[in-house]
This record gives sequence, structure tokens and C-alpha cells, in this order.
Amino acid sequence: MLASAGGQVLAGGTDFFPSLADRPVTGTIVDISALRELKGVIREPDYIRIGGLTTWSEIANTPLPRCFDGLKAAAREIGGIQIQNRGTVAGNLCNASPAADSVPPLLTLDAEVELVSRDGTRRMPLAEFIIGNRKTLRRPGEILSQILVPRTVEDAASTFVKLGARRYLVISIVMVAVVIQRDATDHIREARVSVGSCSVVARRLKELEIALIGAPSAVGLGSLAAAAHLKMLSPIGDVRATAAYRRDAALRLIQRTLDACAGSS
Amino acid sequence: MATIAPSSKTTCLLKLIVNDREVSVAAAPTQRLSRVLREQLGLIGTKVGCDAGDCGACTVLLDGEPVCSCLVAMGQVENLSITTVEGLRSRPPLYDRLQEAFLRHGAAQCGACTPGMLIAATALLEKSGSPCEADVMDALGGVLCRCTGYRKIINAVLDVRSQSEETVRSSAGNSVGQRLIRLDGKRKVEGTEIYGADEIPADVLTLRVIRCPYDRAKFRFGDLQAFVAAHPGVEVVFTSKDVPGEDCYGVIPRFADQPVFAHAENEARYRGEAIAAIVGEAEAIENLDPAAFPVTWEELPALRTTEEALALGAPLIHSHRAENVLTRGRVVRGNVEKALAEADAVVEGEFETGFVEHACIEPEAGFARRTGDRIEIQACTQSPYMDRADVAKLLGIPAEHVRIIPTAVGGGFGTKLDLSVQPFLALAAWHLRQPVRMVYSRIESIMCTTKRHPARMRCRAGAGKDGKLLALDFAADFNTGAYSSWGPTVAARVPVHASGPYAVPHYRALTRAIHTNIVPAGAFRGFGVPQMAIAQEQLYDDLAIRLGIDPLEFRILNALDDHTPTVTGQVMGEGVGIRACFEALRPRWSAARAEAVEFNARATRPIRRGVGVAGMWYGCGNTSLPNPSTVRIGLKRDGRIALHQGAVDIGQGSNTIVTQICADAICAPIDCFDLIFGDTSITPDCGKTSASRQTLVTGKAAHMAGEELRSAILRLAGSGGDCIESKDEKAAIEFGQGTVTICQGAKQHWVSLQDLPLDRCGYVLTAEQTFDPPTSPLDENGQGSPYAVYGFGAHMAEIAVDIELGTVRVLKIVAAHDVGRAINPTLIEGQIEGGVAQGLGMALMEEFFPGKGENLHDYLIPSAGDIPPVESILIEYPSSIGPFGAKGIGEQAVIPTAPAILNAIHHATGIRLRRIPATPDRIREAILARASVDQNSEKNGDARG
Repeated sequence: MLASAGGQVLAGGTDFFPSLADRPVTGTIVDISALRELKGVIREPDYIRIGGLTTWSEIANTPLPRCFDGLKAAAREIGGIQIQNRGTVAGNLCNASPAADSVPPLLTLDAEVELVSRDGTRRMPLAEFIIGNRKTLRRPGEILSQILVPRTVEDAASTFVKLGARRYLVISIVMVAVVIQRDATDHIREARVSVGSCSVVARRLKELEIALIGAPSAVGLGSLAAAAHLKMLSPIGDVRATAAYRRDAALRLIQRTLDACAGSS
Repeated sequence: MATIAPSSKTTCLLKLIVNDREVSVAAAPTQRLSRVLREQLGLIGTKVGCDAGDCGACTVLLDGEPVCSCLVAMGQVENLSITTVEGLRSRPPLYDRLQEAFLRHGAAQCGACTPGMLIAATALLEKSGSPCEADVMDALGGVLCRCTGYRKIINAVLDVRSQSEETVRSSAGNSVGQRLIRLDGKRKVEGTEIYGADEIPADVLTLRVIRCPYDRAKFRFGDLQAFVAAHPGVEVVFTSKDVPGEDCYGVIPRFADQPVFAHAENEARYRGEAIAAIVGEAEAIENLDPAAFPVTWEELPALRTTEEALALGAPLIHSHRAENVLTRGRVVRGNVEKALAEADAVVEGEFETGFVEHACIEPEAGFARRTGDRIEIQACTQSPYMDRADVAKLLGIPAEHVRIIPTAVGGGFGTKLDLSVQPFLALAAWHLRQPVRMVYSRIESIMCTTKRHPARMRCRAGAGKDGKLLALDFAADFNTGAYSSWGPTVAARVPVHASGPYAVPHYRALTRAIHTNIVPAGAFRGFGVPQMAIAQEQLYDDLAIRLGIDPLEFRILNALDDHTPTVTGQVMGEGVGIRACFEALRPRWSAARAEAVEFNARATRPIRRGVGVAGMWYGCGNTSLPNPSTVRIGLKRDGRIALHQGAVDIGQGSNTIVTQICADAICAPIDCFDLIFGDTSITPDCGKTSASRQTLVTGKAAHMAGEELRSAILRLAGSGGDCIESKDEKAAIEFGQGTVTICQGAKQHWVSLQDLPLDRCGYVLTAEQTFDPPTSPLDENGQGSPYAVYGFGAHMAEIAVDIELGTVRVLKIVAAHDVGRAINPTLIEGQIEGGVAQGLGMALMEEFFPGKGENLHDYLIPSAGDIPPVESILIEYPSSIGPFGAKGIGEQAVIPTAPAILNAIHHATGIRLRRIPATPDRIREAILARASVDQNSEKNGDARG
């Protein structure tokens, strides 16, 4: 239907309506919110599938493996409860705001997205799907049907931290998500670190992740993060904070989030 | 499968269950649920604050879960169950208890967020048996409130399951001082209060304004008639040519300079200035793309800052105002240069604040209709009589032909003193002879209504070794925007107050209000004094530290008293309670400062605590200008008392306070009053709700009118032949059904009112009194008595700074206020807590950048999780001028919070914030700068050593 009619997708409405500003609704709107098959979380042998229409409240209230703790924490920070009850996972990804709360934790889960259209389905890593500020590889006629999280680090500790200028209903200045997998001797087997709101698309910090491997998983882990690990970030200055502050705060938050995550292991 | 809405204009018949009733509505599938609830189903308890999910005012339950109804498409609610505030009634006993708790705690002020709060709280309470404070904050975090500071709302929700306390009742002569529930409270918690957007007359047309998208631009209209013809449902376009009267308005007549629409032969002077209004049927106007309007723009270079506007050769924004200076203010006393030269310690500083947005939860709205040669405007406003005068001038008709009917006001804080929707509505209804309505969008409200003036302030202060203040030299430039609004008031009021509530013998304060190509800055809770206090109170803190004196003791040492002249030479003679306010903080201050120092000494994490203090004084009412209020009361044949008063209650509680005062002046129980408020056709002029004047001025008029009526009633009894002294203070009056009974000692006089003649007002007896607070003009050096009464106060802030991230958490505010007499302590606490919340916002997060972030997610006001517990200490140093000694509190409450927080940041970290708000990036930058200075001075020290 989308393919034949073209038009704009409407799901939870939490980005659709605000984006209108003072303008009327125009053109064709395809409301996909009634597609039951796109709701809820399914455990498969290799993946955990999150239906694109799953709301943030559902994410927060669904029992999920430990590595989803960061995503759940992000779910509780997306707007207020009113927004979490309507806003969908796919909507947050397709809206592709540089400050989208769910992107850093999903990046640390190595999430993939599945896109469906009349022509079939295709799959790609989330890290490739979002290509810029409000830009994705979603084609007209496609909907983001599923988010797939590989079941590789389920018992890993994970944490998400959001820094904003007020407690609730805040667009972040910096966000950090961390997943830490320990080995039998409490050392880091694998670490994943991503930072949001400091580049047009949230980024994984691969060099830092490599540097963390083998380190003791304990408070103090954060001290291994250094400014040099942030060089792929390109923060901007805006009404929320200066670029210099974002870079500085990102490092502090990474250090703290690593410590918190390692400390909880 | 998916449903397709090929066009937003396609209407479907949709079934849904609203408040347990099945209803069918015809609506476009993409129509917002909020719109249908309000405009098709008449459920106006659901408020719309932003249409973007940023404020939560429109929260409803959708299948039991809270959602923003502005973000739900009608096509998505088929067969679902929706509960609005009107439907909560069917959920007793929880709802009844919640409603009672809200009333008892004073959790509703303006009431615009109240339905959203009640729904959000209900969703929590139906799931969680006994939520803790954090649960309540999480549940309410999605609803913004601008009045209360949230704490009374949180406490009300926490208190729901407790045994409800006895409601405070007053007896005759015993209303003043009682925590009476606000008299208009029930409507607010039931969602039945009528605000600007809530009444839609039959056959109403809708108006939309076309606004300038540039800071400054020339423009040319295209073919307006062809535009109308091409848009079915659009009836007409109005421009400046259609203004029948004098096209020049402004809150201060002498400075009036604003046209209804920018004139095409001139230019538009700010982004958001109106150039035309389109009127038509609601659907046609809503579906209009403003980009289709035929106008061509030529952007011109704009003056955005005071520096640019003052630069040599800068173009004049108004040709008759040289150097782009709107007005200057000046207060000079003693010899400031000499005193500073001789002072033992001198400190100086420059401080800068930004635009602050009022962010009332209710955007401006209303409707107008013409009746013969008269016009009626029903809209939200703080100043009905001023609206009347300006609308009459714009239409070229006598003021008596304009009727202003103020609705309940969903937050004002000064911005609703200025005209907003009124000129457009008046003009359109006048020409079309059909009712016309408009509701500002949030974007429009932020883009084109007044702001708090940004200030650039330079000051020097000096004191002697003994800690006595000797001199203050203060200069400030205020960015007043494109039109005058309240710029002259800010420029006049600040120099009178810049000393703070202290004795300063040598003083010079010079101010300028400067035009720029920015939306007009106007009145915002404190008329420039909050900005000024940020400079002055931080500077005095520096001075105390320089002298090695405890900052609180320094303030106590220099506090004004009854007999010391102020910087305008005024000697109060009574009622100066500032020293008592500071002294009330002393016990907590010493303990908190010691705790903070100990905490920091032992800190292993990057958190530092600090404690700061700031003082405040604020004159109630206009500065050296008349500002009378007139109150009329009538004894009705049924034995009830009609109270006519024109003071607009914008949530602060004047409806209740004025009635309490009047009741005690008569010695009548509060429940025998019929309240008639605000309508210019039936209430006398009580001036504007601003300058913290309604308790003092209207309250005093109500007191005087009450005494007059009491005397008249006593005389009525005496006219039967028994001798009753009309001034007898001990005589009791009982108001019965159509009777009054006067009890004087053992004697009882019974008077039937049923057969008595009615006077020209339609009452058995009428009393009318006017009160104008006594002031004197200021001379060329600003010397005189600008205000009859001042309010005083001091706040203490306990905070924690994350020194690595620059974030601040306010842990507690203790607020001591000299209110003269606390007429209603609950309402006063409400003003204090709400003032603290706005002060906290101003200190830490609120700054509007013109052209950026005209919404409530880029412009941040504090949320439910940002406000600490506030301990209010009410101090009563009565003023013999005020009713029962009372003084104002509305603006007083906001002034000391920001400087107290900033002083606490200094105590915690040693940094002094010069640019406000103290956002995390600014704090962090200052911390880093200080660290590098410390390092350098260490190095230099080593080199010298």
C-alpha cells in the first residue's frame, strides 16, 4: 500500500505531529499503527526481535536479558511516560535525530534493522542505516519492521547515561551507552561504547573498545578512556551546550559509565 | 493491515468510548484527538499547551495509560477507551480524594496543568498502592507546571491515601490568616474552568495571523483578493489599511508605538511581527499553508543586541528615539565616586542575562463579537481596563463601547498585561459583524509575545573595614526589543531597587531601555529587578568575602530598617522586615554552611556542596504613578453580599485573598459572598494584575468598602429607633435568608431586607471605595517615595555541583518573606514555591534565543524533578497602609532565588558566574578557567619564591 500510494508513515505520532509545527497535514499518510505483527519482543535462537511498533513503555516493562538494561534505561528517558506509551522503537530510529535516545544503546547491542516493502525485506546494521541528521537508508515504500539484536552478549552488563539540563522531558546534551562482557577472571572480554548527541549520528568508539579488552572489570576501568578515543566525534554548539563542553562532558560520562557498568558486573 | 488516509481532509465516522460512553465522531483520521475532545465533544477540561508532547497539559488515559492527546491521531483510537478529566468523576473514591488533596494542598494555581496532572496522578495511583516521592515525580514528569513549583502537587498526590485532614473553615470575622481553599479551586480541579480557548461561540470564524519571518524586513503584498478567491472558506484578509482608529497601541500611553500590523510602506521590525490576518471558516484556516500567502520579503540588516543598536550610525528603529534609546532611569544620592575612592574594600563586576520566556501553559486565546456599535472581547488577560482603552483607540470608538470579559488565565507572569490576540479579534469582528476567535500556537506564543529583558550590568560596590556598605555604582542596559511595551517601567524600577534591601549612603544607578529588532521585552515577574539582583547580590557576596565577613552577617549588618533612608531618600517608619528575614535564616545557615564545608573536605567524588544567600526588596504597585483600585460591594435582598472586583486572578489567588479581606472588614462569613469578577461592564477598575499590587491595593479597597458596608448595615438597624453606633466594632452581624440581624451586647436588631428599596446598583445597600497607595514623584535624581509599601525577603540555597560536568542540583531552598500579614498562608507559600521554581529556571536553564527553539523542548522550564523542597518562613512586619498590614508577594518570591543559587555555586566551587543562566557548559568552562588561573598563579608564585 505504501509503495503504491507513497506518502508519510504514521506510527506512534510522537514525532509526526511535532514535525508539523504550525502547518496542516498534507499529502498521503499511511498509518501503520494497527499492524499487530510489528508489536512486541520475540526471542529466537540467534536473535531477539523487537517489532518496530513496540513502544518504549513495552521495552521498559518486558523482561529482557541483562545486556538490555541500557536500552531499558534509555526507554525511560524518552520524553515523559505519555511519550513512552506511544512512541515506537522504529519511529525513534527512522526519525534519526542526532539526540535519539535509543540509538546509543542499540548500537552497543550490534542491532540490525529489517526493512519491508512490496519488493521484499532487507536487513542492515543499525550503524549503517542512519546516515545523517534525519537521514536514513529507508526508501520510500519501506517500513522499518523489526530490530534484531544478536544473542551474543546476553549476560553482559549494560548501562545508559543521559546528560541534560533538566530532569524530565529533556533532549540530551550527551548520551553514553556501554556494554561490558567479562571473562572468567573478571577481565574485559568485550566492551562496546557508544556516544550520542556528539555527532550527526551516534557513534561507537572502536579504538576505546579495543583498548579496554583485557583490563580488569572494576571501578577504575573508566580511567582507560582518554580524549584521543573521542576523535571521531564531531560535536556542534547549539542552544543546549557548546561543542567544547560536549567533547569534555562526553569523556567524563564515558569514564563514569564504564565505571558504573564494570562496578555492577 | 495499514489504513490509508489519502487526504487529511477526508472525514471518517469513528466510534470511540469517551468517559465510559460510546460516541461517534466525524473526523479526519489524522486529526489530533485533543482537538476532537475539545472542539467536537466539548470536553474542554483537556488543555492544549504545545501540540508537540512537550508540556503534557493534554494528557488523557487511552485504555488506562496516560498519553498526550495532541499526539494521538483520531484514526488510531477507534473502539478504544479514553478518559479525560471530566471522566475521573466516575472513579471514586480515588478521584474525590485526589481532588480534595489538590485543593487542600493548594496544588492548583492557574489550573492549566491541573487536568493533565490529575490524569497522570490517577494513572499512577491506580497501579501503585503507595507510591514514594520518586514514583510520583516520575509519573508527573511528563506534565509541566509554571505556577506551583510542583511540590504542592507532589505532596497532594502523596497525601491521597492518608486520612484527609479537616478542611479549614472560617467563621465570621476570622477569614484573614486562614488556609482557606481557593474559592475558584473546585472549577480548576474539575476541569470546568473557562480559559481563553475554551468557549467557542456559534457561527464563529477563525483568525490566523501572518507574521514576519525575519528580524527586519520590507515586504510587498501580492494579490490578496485572488488569494481569498482561491481559498474556499477564507473570507477576508485584513492589513494595516483596515484599522479604523488610531493604529498605535502600547501599555504605557505616553510611549505607545505599536501598530496592529506592520505597515507595508514602512517595514516589519521583528521576527514574528504581524503583517496581515486571514479570517475564515475554522477548517479552511487550519488547512491553510501560510507559505501560500501572497507576500514578498526583502530582508534588511537587523540590530539584535544593545551594542549593535547603540553603535554609532546604527539605523533608528523608531525615528523619534535617538540612539535607539527608549528611556533612561536614574537614581543618584550622595557622592559615589568619592565614597568608592575612600572605601576600604571595593569590588566590581559585569553581569549579563538573556531573554527569558514566560511559558504560560495556556497560550494566548479568545474571541470577539460585535453587538451593534459595541465590541466584546473574551480573552485571557491580566489588565482588562488597559485592554479596553487600547482596543477603543484602535477601533476609534468610546471606551464604554468596549467590553472586556477576562477568562480564567492559565498563567500570566506579566506577559498577558500586553495585548496579544485582542487587536486582531476586535478588528475582524468589528468589520465582519460575526464572532471571530483565535488561539495562539505555542510557536506563535513564544515567537511574538513579550519576554524578560536581557540585561548587561556593570557595577562597583565599596564598604568600610567595619563591613558597612558605603557606595554602589550600578549601570544597566536592557534589550527592550522593537516596541516599548514595559521597557520604561523596567528602566525606572531597577534604579530604585539596585541597592538591594540595604542602607547605601552613596549611590548611582543609571539604566537604559534600548530598542533592537527583537520581539518586545516586557513585564515578567519583577520588571527587571530579578536580573538586577543577580548582579547586585553576587557583588555584595564578593564584598563580604573580600572583607572576611560571613555573607549572611554582612547582609544583616547592612539591612535597611524603619528609620534609615533608602536610596531614594524614603524613610519607611514601619514595616521593614528584611533584617528579620535574614535572621530567620541564621540557624539553618550556620549548620548548612558547616555541613557543606565538611562534605567538600571529605569529598572523594567530583561533587561539591555550597550554600548561598540573597536578599530582596520590592515596591508594590506602580513606580511614583497613580494606580488605584475600586471595589464595590452590595447587600442583596436575599441577605447575600455581592463583591464586584476587577482584579484578574491569574492563579495567584486574588479572588480568594480579596474576598477574605472584605469578609473580615464586614465581619461576615466568607460563604455569604457572591463573587463578580473582572468583566469591565459589571466590575469597577481594579487596575492590572502586576507589580504585586492586588493584595495591597485591591485588598485595601475591598477592606475600605467592607468597612463602609458594615457601617451602613449597622445604620440600617439603627434607623429603627434603637441607637446603634455605626462604628461599633463589637457588634455582630448575622446574614440570614433575606435578613440581617445585628447583635450588640444583649440587644438584637432584626432587619428584613425583602421589602427594602433597591439603589441604582440594584442592592439594598452599596458601598464603593477606591484606594490609591500614597507615593510621591521622583525628582531629577530619583529622590522621593516611589512606593507606599515594600515587600522584603531572603532566600538560602543549598546546592551540589558536579564539578566535572558543571551540573547543579538544588537540594533545598529556605525562603523567608516579610509579607506584612499572611492573609492566606497556603496561597502565599504557593507564590513562594512558584517564584523559587522560576528563579531556579532563570539561574540554571532558561534562555530564549530569538529565532531558535520556539517550543518547549528547546526552551526549558524546570520539570517536576528539578525543584527541591522549599521551606517557607512567613514573617509579619505589618504595614499600616496595607489591608490588615499585608504586602505583596508575587514578584518578591522570584527575586532572591537565582542570586542565592549563584552565590551557592561560588561557595561550592569558587567560580563567579557572569553570564546567566548558569548552564552546565558555562559552569564547566568557569571551573576550567579558574583551575588554569590557579595553576598559573602557583607557577608565578614558584618563580617569585
